[in-house]
Amino acid sequence: MTNLTFCATAAAVAFSATAAFAETEITWWHAMGGQLGETVNKLAEDFNASQDEYKITPVYKGSYEETLTTGIAAFRAGEQPNVMQVFDAGAATVIGAKGATIPVQDLLANNGVDFDINDYIAGVRYFYADSDGKMIGMPFNSSTPILYYNVDALEAAGVTPPKTWEEFQATTAPALKDAGYIALSQSHLPWIFTENFMSRHNLPFATNNNGYDGTDTQILVNNDAIKAHFTAVSEWKDDGLFEWYGTGWGDNAKPFEEGKVAMWLGSSGSFGGLLQKDLPFEFSATELPYWEAVTAEPTQTFIGGAALFAMSGQSDEENKATAEFFRFLTAPETQYFWHQETGYVPITEAAYEVAKKDGHYDRYPAAEVGVNQLQDKAGDNTKGYRMGFYVQIRDIMNREYGRILTGETDVETAFKTIEEEANELLARFAKTQG
Amino acid sequence: MKRAGFDNIWLPVALLLPQLMIIAIFFYWPAGWALQSSFYLQDPFGFGSTFVGGENYTSLVGNDQYKRVAGFTIIYSVLVTFFSLAIALLLAVKADKVIRGAKTYRTLLMWVYAIAPPVAGFMGILFFDQSTGPLTKFFQMFGWDFKLGVDYNATATAMVIVAVWKQIPVNFIFFLSGLQSIPRSVREATMIDNRSATGRFWQVTFPLLAPTAFFLLIINITYALFDTFGIIDALMKGEPGNNPMTLVYKVYLDGFRGNDLGGSSAQSVILMVLVLLLTVFQFRLVERRIHYT
Repeated sequence: MTNLTFCATAAAVAFSATAAFAETEITWWHAMGGQLGETVNKLAEDFNASQDEYKITPVYKGSYEETLTTGIAAFRAGEQPNVMQVFDAGAATVIGAKGATIPVQDLLANNGVDFDINDYIAGVRYFYADSDGKMIGMPFNSSTPILYYNVDALEAAGVTPPKTWEEFQATTAPALKDAGYIALSQSHLPWIFTENFMSRHNLPFATNNNGYDGTDTQILVNNDAIKAHFTAVSEWKDDGLFEWYGTGWGDNAKPFEEGKVAMWLGSSGSFGGLLQKDLPFEFSATELPYWEAVTAEPTQTFIGGAALFAMSGQSDEENKATAEFFRFLTAPETQYFWHQETGYVPITEAAYEVAKKDGHYDRYPAAEVGVNQLQDKAGDNTKGYRMGFYVQIRDIMNREYGRILTGETDVETAFKTIEEEANELLARFAKTQG
Repeated sequence: MKRAGFDNIWLPVALLLPQLMIIAIFFYWPAGWALQSSFYLQDPFGFGSTFVGGENYTSLVGNDQYKRVAGFTIIYSVLVTFFSLAIALLLAVKADKVIRGAKTYRTLLMWVYAIAPPVAGFMGILFFDQSTGPLTKFFQMFGWDFKLGVDYNATATAMVIVAVWKQIPVNFIFFLSGLQSIPRSVREATMIDNRSATGRFWQVTFPLLAPTAFFLLIINITYALFDTFGIIDALMKGEPGNNPMTLVYKVYLDGFRGNDLGGSSAQSVILMVLVLLLTVFQFRLVERRIHYT
């Protein structure tokens, strides 16, 4: 009897093993914590439920930096996941390592998934592409910096959200100050006031076509337009029109959520979170302001956030599963779900149309601001930038900007330091590729 | 006296082997790798690499930020070591005199020892919160607009305070047991010779505590240089920005956040050499002045 049970159990185990074997399993390492992580899990569940050939398992690996570092270590040990989420600043590292990933465009083409780069929203298209315009990473959570404002505060001050920095300086900010508010805070100086300062004004950010065409790149951050901007920002701070609460994202968002600061420059991806917080005032958003003195016609901004990369060294079946997952992920319905839940922009025009048709933007006009901004006029310098060791370059910017805003250094010296240290890092990065 | 020894050479070797293997696997082997990769610039994924000779080292010498971090590390280590030793010694001397409720008093002083450095860092964040932190308000009473994560000096002060607070109990335990091992007869004899309590302390008690103090000095310098990593990391809240940092933290940032393996390796080799020099200095110069009973 015991023997019989044993045989039956063994048979059952063997059977379920073969059944499980028929389902190709792939893993996805990501950096989406909290509410975003739950939405990621929901995406994976939906994909797994939509068919029975493939199964994806999402694994949370910590912050963007931690996910990249863990992924690199895993790759060197031959234990890499199928899909890895890499953030904007890590793009040069992962794209530079040719052979570490399968370009998403090749992956999809090899596995019979239709792909046309023009299906994607203009500002999203080339950010994770190579110099020939081939898409390497699949844009996943894409956002862009926009200006959130406290509707009640602006009404009390009798002003409208500013379109230009000139308007902010002359009208909006002084009125908000008189109404008892700090006019502005922002959450990411390198992303909002540097990278997107360049794209908004169509200024070159680096040589070599913003770094896309080679590794012997030099940063072009030390220019008069941005120096004038930072001079203005530190004057605003001295006049009580702007406040800086440190380098952390949340530290600068908090005073806006508390109603002390009237306007906050954050990510279009912050929208879902702000909505859930049930703020004690009505908020809305508008596009990132620009300097009229620099450009009469503002251009589209860069995306921030992260992309999904298909790691190399996996079996054909698993690559097929990854391709199918990407097909599912870029479907308009999936994108619309992701857009609604998080506030990240829909990455394809088809998904944008679905959101429009469903009346999402009539309900939440602020949700459309980021999408619109990414579809503003394109320029030579708006498709993206590609610089190695960019995580460290951002840290250098943060350090020097912090020193400007605490009076430890002046704008001129700070930008000279950023330029010198960044160029040294870029030269070092070029050698790592040798 | 008969000299004890092993008849067989293999037995002591076998007994030493586990320890030697641990040192080899967890220290010599990675240290060797660090030394090697400090002469290269390599793609983090391991595809490309270039031999650059001493460039990773020379670029550090000319880097203002590296000098600033090194300067901060020295000041930070001196402050943390000094204050955690001084305050712990004071508390130990006072605790030694308490008779009623001595156990409760001592337990309370040792309690903080159980807190892990990152947890101490997070408690620091609460205490130094920009808008609600009680210590922030305390400093503001004196007219210092204390802003953690914004003002360099404020963040540095917070790092020193949390690190000192976390280390006092360890020093306290050692100082107290050191004090209690001083024979009663010696104490009574000094009572007759010297009426001043301060004089007795510096002339008799402190020299007798010197071996403990020397041991603690080494432990505390190592603590300030290396073990405060968790506190610094927590107080920075994930963004180095314009915050102060120690050399060890910079090794981590450049290697694990920035993926610059060559530059980070060069920095850790420099740190290894520094620790070696420090150890030699301590045992050659300082220990000679100390008398063990």
